[in-house]
Amino acid sequence: MIPSKLLPLIHIPLLLLLGFLVVLQIGTGEYPIALGDTLASLLGFGLPEHDFIVHTLRLPRTLIGLGVGASLAVAGTLLQGVTLNPLASPGVIGLNAGAGLAAVAAIVWLDVPLNWLPWMAFGGALLVALLCYILAWKQGLSPIRMVLVGIGIAAICQGLITVATLSGNIRLVQQASIWMTGSLYGRSWEHFWPYLPWVLVFLPLAWLFSKQLDLLGLGDAAASGLGYRVHYGRSVLLGIAVALAGSSVATAGTIGFVGLVAPHLARTLVGNKHAILIPTAALLGGLLVLAADFAGRTVLAPVEIPCGLITAMIGGPYMIYLLLREWRSA
Amino acid sequence: MKKQFPLLLMGILTVIILFLASLSTGSLLIPLNTVWSALFGSHSSDHELIISSVRLPRTLIALVVGAGMAVAGVCMQALTRNPLASPELLGINQGAALAVVISLFLLPGSALWVSHAFAFMGAALAAGFILLLSSVGGKRLTPLKVVVAGTAVSLMLGSTTQGVLLLNERSIDEMRFWLAGSVAGKGLPQLLQGMPFIAIGMIGALLLGKRMNALQLGEDMAVGIGMRLESTKRLLFVLIILLSASCVTIAGPIAFLGFAVPHIVRGLSGPDYRWIVLHSSLLGAALLLLADVTSKVIIHPGEVPVGIMTIFMGAPFFIYLARRKEWKLG
Repeated sequence: MIPSKLLPLIHIPLLLLLGFLVVLQIGTGEYPIALGDTLASLLGFGLPEHDFIVHTLRLPRTLIGLGVGASLAVAGTLLQGVTLNPLASPGVIGLNAGAGLAAVAAIVWLDVPLNWLPWMAFGGALLVALLCYILAWKQGLSPIRMVLVGIGIAAICQGLITVATLSGNIRLVQQASIWMTGSLYGRSWEHFWPYLPWVLVFLPLAWLFSKQLDLLGLGDAAASGLGYRVHYGRSVLLGIAVALAGSSVATAGTIGFVGLVAPHLARTLVGNKHAILIPTAALLGGLLVLAADFAGRTVLAPVEIPCGLITAMIGGPYMIYLLLREWRSA
Repeated sequence: MKKQFPLLLMGILTVIILFLASLSTGSLLIPLNTVWSALFGSHSSDHELIISSVRLPRTLIALVVGAGMAVAGVCMQALTRNPLASPELLGINQGAALAVVISLFLLPGSALWVSHAFAFMGAALAAGFILLLSSVGGKRLTPLKVVVAGTAVSLMLGSTTQGVLLLNERSIDEMRFWLAGSVAGKGLPQLLQGMPFIAIGMIGALLLGKRMNALQLGEDMAVGIGMRLESTKRLLFVLIILLSASCVTIAGPIAFLGFAVPHIVRGLSGPDYRWIVLHSSLLGAALLLLADVTSKVIIHPGEVPVGIMTIFMGAPFFIYLARRKEWKLG
């Protein structure tokens, strides 16, 4: 646990790093722009030829990356807090799969307009969460049963996704499968605006519930002893996690492991108090996704590696490290 | 003991019936008497030719892979003493699948045994890791944690597989069916390649039945009654890898068979592993044949990959089990 006086020592460098990455991300690409020019253009007094590239092409992509990273990280934090399981994340309990299924079905079978996708995906994630909730309910909700039921439901969703990809037109399937890996490629303002309200509403909402999360962390008995309605609180928190994960998956596909890694890193940095943990995790999540996207764009340029693939490559080994650490201390 | 022989007989009968059913179904429905005459060497009509050249290998594959996967699941649950363990839930199948995809990516057009060898390596790495966590020494993770860990490992391996496929567009189409778990379009060469390993694995499992029984008493007790603990564990480890790697090379990562079959069998036949192995191989074969028949008639004359059918059959069972028992986190 870090004394609160020292918190700026952690947050200020992170924010600076984030700002630097944003400028770097916007400056890099087929047409590189110097850091100073990028900054000038962002602040509104840049050269006109830079303005178009910066504002129309690269800024929305970067903002979406930030939003998605923060949302997934906070969704992961909420889920880990609700299930008391450090390994829970939107991916493990099937939220990503549900949102993915809805969106892939929408792409492959229904060919719906783009701005419906967040709603479809949110619906999918919500449906999975509800199913999880109902099926895991047996004289109360055990978070453990919920994780297990979620694994089962995720498998069914994956099966249905496979059915969708096998039955569809190959061009749409290709599009859906790139999207499924999680990519910020070609994201523009038309993706950004429908997504923005979700971030603006649910990120602060999650933060407002941080006291409740601390209470849940004490265990059911202690929390209800303190007068907290445990089941009601869990439902609300789950709803927020679903909204964050669902809308993010809809916007950028399944960018895996951010929801697992960011909360963990945040916890090692600032400890378990959710009022500080949630913003830190959001910051780290945004940082991770931006860094992954930057790496994906530059490593094999001009070929672009989907950013979800990079986060999986980083997140997977990190998770293995977590497991080994837990195994050694078991 | 009394009920074992009737059970065995029933198993054999079911397998025979489903075997014939699988031969007669397909995009073209062939009457049973034609199936019968084809099986006894007549090749006079087109139908008989279809049976002997296309359907017989495919059905034999379903038979062998079903039995192999089920026995792999038995060994896995016996070794880890974890009722939720199985090669597909803990990422071993995905490890083999990723290795096969990598082998096709690095060495396109190479012989069958190359991808087989890769599959062995992939399965061994994934299995080694997960077994380290779940069964080595006094530091065992609880069944639940192992499953969550396995799911996360599977997710990571799965998204890496997707990534490798994206880098190589041509292979997406070829691999889609195989990755979903499929016995379609496979011939005798694939079967003969994997057959010896699967046979060794199954015979080995039968021979180890008594030791698996002892293992269930707990490690101290097992050593107390004179079992060589380490060699038993090592043998089981090798068997699991032989079985799951060979099955995956032939038919892709078919889900839930290795998980569900041992459970059902244990309910029917009791806790003696010598019988569980035997019954499981029959039930596994029967279930995969059933799944194959269903996959061929459900959107007749098209077909879905058999792996999808096993998900739809197995995942609800997994959820049912998750609900039935109280799982402990700590």
